[in-house]
Formats: sequence, C-alpha cells, structure tokens
Amino acid sequence: MSARQIGEVILNLEHISLAFGGVKALSDISFDVREHEIRAIIGPNGAGKSSMLNVINGVYRPQHGAITFRGRTRHDMNTHQAAAQGIARTFQNIALFRGMSVLDNIMTGRNLKMKHGFLLQALYWGPARREELAHRRKVEEVIDFLEIQHIRKTPVGRLPYGLQKRVELGRALAAEPSMLLLDEPMAGMNVEEKQDMCRFILDVNDQFGTTIVLIEHDMGVVMDLSDRVVVLDYGRKIADGTPDQVRNNREVVDAYLGVAH
Amino acid sequence: MPQESPSALDTFPRLLLHHARVRGDRPAIREKEYGIWQSWAWAQAADEVRAIACGLAELGFRLIATEGTIRFAVVEDQEQVDKMLEVRASCPLLEHVIYDDPRGMRHYNQPFIHALDEVQAMGAIHNRNHPDFIADEVARGGADDVAIMLYTSGTTGKPKGVCQTHRALIAAARGGQQFDRLTADEDILSYLPMAWVGDNLFSYAQALVTGFTINCPESGDTVMTDMREIGPTYYFAPPRVYENLLTQVMIRMEDAGWVKRGLFHFFMDVAKRCGARILDRASGVSALDRLLYGLGNLLVYAPLRNVLGMSRIRVAYTAGAAIGPDLFRFYRSLGINLKQLYGQTETCAYVCLQPDGGVRLDTVGVPAPGVEVRLADSGEILVRGPMLLKEYYKRPDATAESIDAEGYFHTGDAGFLDTDGHLRIIDRAKDVGHLAGGAMFAPNYIENKLKFFQYIREAVAFGHGRDTVCAFINIDIGAVGNWAERRGIAYSGYTDLAAKKEVYELIQQCVEQVNEQLTGEGELATSQVSRFLILHKELDPDDDELTRTRKVRRGFIAEKYAVLVEALYGGKKSQFIETQVKFEDGRTGSVAADLEIRDVRTFQAVRKAA
Repeated sequence: MSARQIGEVILNLEHISLAFGGVKALSDISFDVREHEIRAIIGPNGAGKSSMLNVINGVYRPQHGAITFRGRTRHDMNTHQAAAQGIARTFQNIALFRGMSVLDNIMTGRNLKMKHGFLLQALYWGPARREELAHRRKVEEVIDFLEIQHIRKTPVGRLPYGLQKRVELGRALAAEPSMLLLDEPMAGMNVEEKQDMCRFILDVNDQFGTTIVLIEHDMGVVMDLSDRVVVLDYGRKIADGTPDQVRNNREVVDAYLGVAH
Repeated sequence: MPQESPSALDTFPRLLLHHARVRGDRPAIREKEYGIWQSWAWAQAADEVRAIACGLAELGFRLIATEGTIRFAVVEDQEQVDKMLEVRASCPLLEHVIYDDPRGMRHYNQPFIHALDEVQAMGAIHNRNHPDFIADEVARGGADDVAIMLYTSGTTGKPKGVCQTHRALIAAARGGQQFDRLTADEDILSYLPMAWVGDNLFSYAQALVTGFTINCPESGDTVMTDMREIGPTYYFAPPRVYENLLTQVMIRMEDAGWVKRGLFHFFMDVAKRCGARILDRASGVSALDRLLYGLGNLLVYAPLRNVLGMSRIRVAYTAGAAIGPDLFRFYRSLGINLKQLYGQTETCAYVCLQPDGGVRLDTVGVPAPGVEVRLADSGEILVRGPMLLKEYYKRPDATAESIDAEGYFHTGDAGFLDTDGHLRIIDRAKDVGHLAGGAMFAPNYIENKLKFFQYIREAVAFGHGRDTVCAFINIDIGAVGNWAERRGIAYSGYTDLAAKKEVYELIQQCVEQVNEQLTGEGELATSQVSRFLILHKELDPDDDELTRTRKVRRGFIAEKYAVLVEALYGGKKSQFIETQVKFEDGRTGSVAADLEIRDVRTFQAVRKAA
C-alpha cells in the first residue's frame, strides 16, 4: 500500500566501540540506515541504545570505528555538523525550555536556518523581520501538523507529559531534518498518547520522507512501526533484521526473557 | 409574498451573488489557519462556491438528482473518507467522495475519491467552457426547492430527515434579523455541528440573508482563545457551553489572591442585585446601586467580559435545553444580553424569541415575526408559519401525523401562553398527565423547578390520576453535606444525612418556595406539592432508576417504591423501606430506613387579570 520507497544506505556505522573508562558501552557495532526507513534500536536497560544515538549525532566520540553519512566517512561526528546536515533529535528526558511558550520552543528548532545576525534579530527589523515571519510560518505548519494549536501560547512547563513529548518532536521537525533520532518517544505515555505519537511518527515518515531512527521499549510499538530492527545487549549487537526475523531470534528471546542456566 | 422573478433574493445562491455584488470586498468568512486569521471577501467566497459548483457539475452532479439516493459525499478528512469507504458496499449509488483536508490522503488512489482543490480546478475549467452555466442554474432554482435536509436527533424515535426549503430558512433568518436588528457588521463565531439546525440558521442562513461575517475557529480546542480574538457581536450556544465558561471563571477566581477574590464577590453581589435590571433599562434602581454598578463595570465586569470574549456581544442566544436560573442571571447581570429562544429542527429553530427588555427566565419569549402559535386542548404547542418544514424525507406518514389539515405543526411540547403573551414550555406533551380534578399535571416541569435548588439533586413528582401532587427528593450530598458541616451537624453518609430533621426543614423550605412560584402559573397552581419524602438512597442508573443520561424513569421508580407512593397518598407519617442496591463492582447489598413523610404548606392561587 505504501508509496514510500526505501532508498540507498545513507548512514553506515562500522565497528563502533565506545568506552567510558573501563566500562564498555558499545563494542564493535556495525549497522546501516537506509533513506526513508524507520529503523529501531532495541535492547534491555543499559544495552547501549542511547549511547548509540549519541554517537550518531556527535555527542559521544567513539574510540574506534567509522561513520559514513551521505557518502562522507568520518571517525566521529560533532553535534553541529550533524545538525547542519539535517539530523535532528529528541531526548529521553524532555529537554525543552520550560518557561517558554510552545511556539517559542519550536521556534528554537529553526535557529540553525536563520541567516541574520543576533543584533538584527533582536531589533526585529528589515530583512530579519521578513525572515522571522517566514520561519514563523514554518513553525505554524509544524503546529498544525502535530495538532497543538490550542497550546501555542502555553508555557511548556504547564503541559502534561505527553504533550511535552509532542512539543519536543515539533522542535525537531522545525529544523526540517532529513533524519530524525527519537530517544524513547513513547516512554511513560498512556495507551492513547502512544497511539497518537505512533501516528505522528508514521505521518512524518510518510509525508516528509524523513528517515527515522528510534529507540523504544514497547515491543508492540517497535514491531508495528519499524522497517528494520537492530538489537543490542550489553553493548553488543545480537540481531539485526526485519521485525519478524528479530522476534524469532533465539538470542533476542534470551536477552529479553532470560536464560535458564 | 416574495416575487418569483429570478432577481428576487429568495434562494441562497441568489443571496450569495447579491452580496458578492454589493459588498464584494467585505469579509464573508474568516478562518484561523497557521495562527493567522485568513479572510474571504464575499466576492472571493462567491468565486470559490462557483468553482465548487462547476466542479460538481463536471463530475455529473445535477440539481435534481434521482430521488432518494446519495451519489456525492463531501467529507472533512481521512477519518471520514474511511467511514465512507466502509459503508460504500451498502450504498451502491455513491459515486464520488470529496474531501477537504488532504492530510493522510496520499495513498488513497481510488478514482472516485477527489480532493476539494481538484474539484475546484475542474470547476474553473468548466466555468471557462460554459460561462453561462452558473447563471442559468441559479435562475432555475426556486424558493420552494429543498435547501437542506437535517436529521432530527432521534431521542424520541428513529431519526427523520427534515426537508427545509430556501423559503423557510430565509423566512426564519429574515425574521430573526428584523427582531434583533442585525446588520451586515455583525461577527459570529461558527463552531457548532453543521448538522444542527441552530448552526444552520445562525451561521448560514442569517449570514447569507444579512451579509455579516462568519468566523471559524482553528480547532475544537481553541474556541475560547479564538472567541476572545474575534469578539463576536452575535452569539449562539447551548446552555452547556455557558455553564463550562462560568465554571472556568469560578475555578480561576478561587485561585486568585484575596484582594481580587474579594472585589469579585463584592461586585458580583452588586450585579446580582441590579445588573439585569440595568441591562433591561428598568426603573427602580437606586442611584447608589447605579454608581456601584458603574464602578464594578470598570473593575470587574468589563475585564471579565473581555476574558470571555463577550465584550462586543449585542445579542447572545441559548436554546436546546433548560438553562439554570443562576447561570442565566450571571451572564445578564454582567451586562451580556443573553436571551432564550425556542424552536426545533422542523421550524428552523424559529418559533419564539425573547425581546430585548422582555427577557424572563421561565419563558422562551414571544412568537417570532410571522409565526402563529396556538395551543391544542391537550396543552400541546402548535405552530404555523413560513418556516415550517416541507416534509419528512420519504416519510409521508410522519409528515401527515405532525402537520394537521390547517397547516399547524405539532411540536410535541406542552406549554401555555402566560398573561403577557410569553410562551412557557412545560414538558414533552406525552409526559403531561392530569390530576383527578382534571387540571394539567407536568411532572418534569415541577421536578425541574425543584432541581434548580442546589440542595436537590433529583426529584420525582407523582400526581397523574391523583388528587394532589407528591414528590420523592434526592438531596445533593455535596451541597447539603457542606451546609450541614457549616452548621456542625454530624452525619455518617447519605442515608443518615437524608433522614436528619434539619435537612428535612431545609428541603421543606425549597418545596414551599416552589409551591409559592406555582401559584402564579395559572393552571399549574393546582400542581403544588402537598407531601414529600427524602429517599434513603441516591437514584442511580446502575439500579435502573435513571437513564444513562440521568433522566428519571418515573414509571419504574413508581413501581419499585410502590410502598412509599402509597404511604405518601395514604397520609402516613413515616414508612419503613428496605431496598436492594448494586455496587459498582457488581455486588449487591441492601439499604433500609424508616422514612419520614412531610406535609407541605400550599398556597392559594393568585388570579391575574388576563
């Protein structure tokens, strides 16, 4: 049914290893992400999922390995490069400006796209003003897309958790990313909020063709949403494939359910 | 009678073209989109309509389609398209589905599904090729064509399609325009369901007749904000909406600091005392009260109206259900001209309106211009006028049943015209009974009067075929509990509280007040409550005593508590009763009590000169 065409590999991670002192967070992990696909990273607590995401957008620098993004191979990313090349993300613990309105929070997602200097922006004059109006239009489109018009002017700190998560997704979308990294977008949500979020993720992927890499605990959600799944356990990759392949993988079952010794 | 020449403004397409001509650059419709109010001037609106009409024609839509078949469905979004796809198998004649919101529609490639934009683009081409098409079609239309089919809610049976003509809707809209002196400068907020006759009259028919501006909020959740931004001059809402607004105000007031709260309560008392009378320009308001009201307006009422988005309201209407007296008074005392109207789908929601200066809580106003109201011997309200329905769709039996030989429509409501010529609605006609003496007995009317007291949660009145009226009362545990605490009356639960002497005294006062009110209400003066008791348990839908929408099931209750009814009419002083109750978890238990029965003072009827 879907008209979405999964394209070539745009992100390739090879032999990534990351250690904090003596703790090995990731050891020798390789996997790839194709254009327009929804790629899930799953694994038990402490498996290294968030570390993996942090490596992709340059928060952590792996000790070994190579990252190839859009044909360019690097030893590591840095956050600014990642953002400039169209990678946006959300966080496991919401990282919004709590005192600012929803609109302003999402507007910060446009920051990288603003051409004019701080001074002109502060004066809200001439070209800077025209530019801001254009950005505002973009932000309003995001607000419309996520159906949060009614809280446009509400300070984020006053919103319930599920809506804050949605606002955070909005801020990431405002950057018009080609790749979106979602760190547990549905953690702590009730069933209805999860359904809404799933729909938004699918719509983003479908309408904008955004490639999505997501970490999620809810197995049902992962299996329904994803095109391919990579499974980590204690910093190692133990499986990689379609949801069906992963579901029937012996090692995955053991990692999740435990093994009889 | 309107003339039949094509230039007469007697159909909606003609009205639209008229406004496009005379006020082409004035806003016809505003909708908030992407955070900004977007306007469509009348000329633009006419162009859009022309494009849609031509597009539909291109798809094969004809003014008079094969009767009784839906071939075209215009829906809002993906969700509704899905519903159409679901029912398509059972609607073999459905040919085209047209949607407005393209979100999520990318993968629907069925040839019979069209975006509204596509249809308009087709229409633009059609319009170029057939430039006379629209003018010809508009000329062909007549005032007696059916303009819209609205379905009745179906609370009293299977929903029926009410066919309303251009003539009827335009007559009702013109009458309202004249009655409230509406101008082309009004702003109305349109947010109620389109399928409801109220929205159709106010946001469609009256806008097209008068030429005022319709404002559509951004989404259902933003109505409050959008209303404040627009500041409508003309407003219509069911009582529930007014109630929600008031609750929000009260909650915020409780959170305010003590200075603000003090000011608010002080000036609301002033408003309660004289606000409504000042609004009605009535005499007898003291100079001090006027001064205080002026001050209150500056400090409290005007800012509050602003928060409610009601600063510019000239006329606000409510209809659809009985509105509580406190609620109604609250808005009027703030200087908001809230009025009631009465009507139904079959009459374009247009039978009675309250005139400025003649607004009373217990009536629905005087017959609107062009409407004749008559009362049947049974007390049923009959109406006649140009706003009546043409027929029920494919239900000649129902049409014949509700419109009599003289052309009166039988509303199914019982009521009477009081001495000032105001219509008072009592009850559904089928619920109205008679006392043994022959006088009319309207249980619902009496129960509502009782329930308007905050201490009374439910009431059940008996009297059909009896000499006098007796009632069961359910106290409101919240309100009475609070009242008891302030008086230091200890109680363990509902049953205990309900049996307290003091509570009986309290309720007795309420009942006596109702009796006193009834004396001024003509035939209903004989329906004064002579005896009552307070039930030992709360009436509950789980015990089948109430419907799920919390309407009392009078017949069932009379049967279940037959012993109590007998005791009421048998003159006993008290009665023992034991009742099974169902708990929420499905267990059952029993409540037993010895219920006291009180005699109540009744009053001599006041005869007013007619």
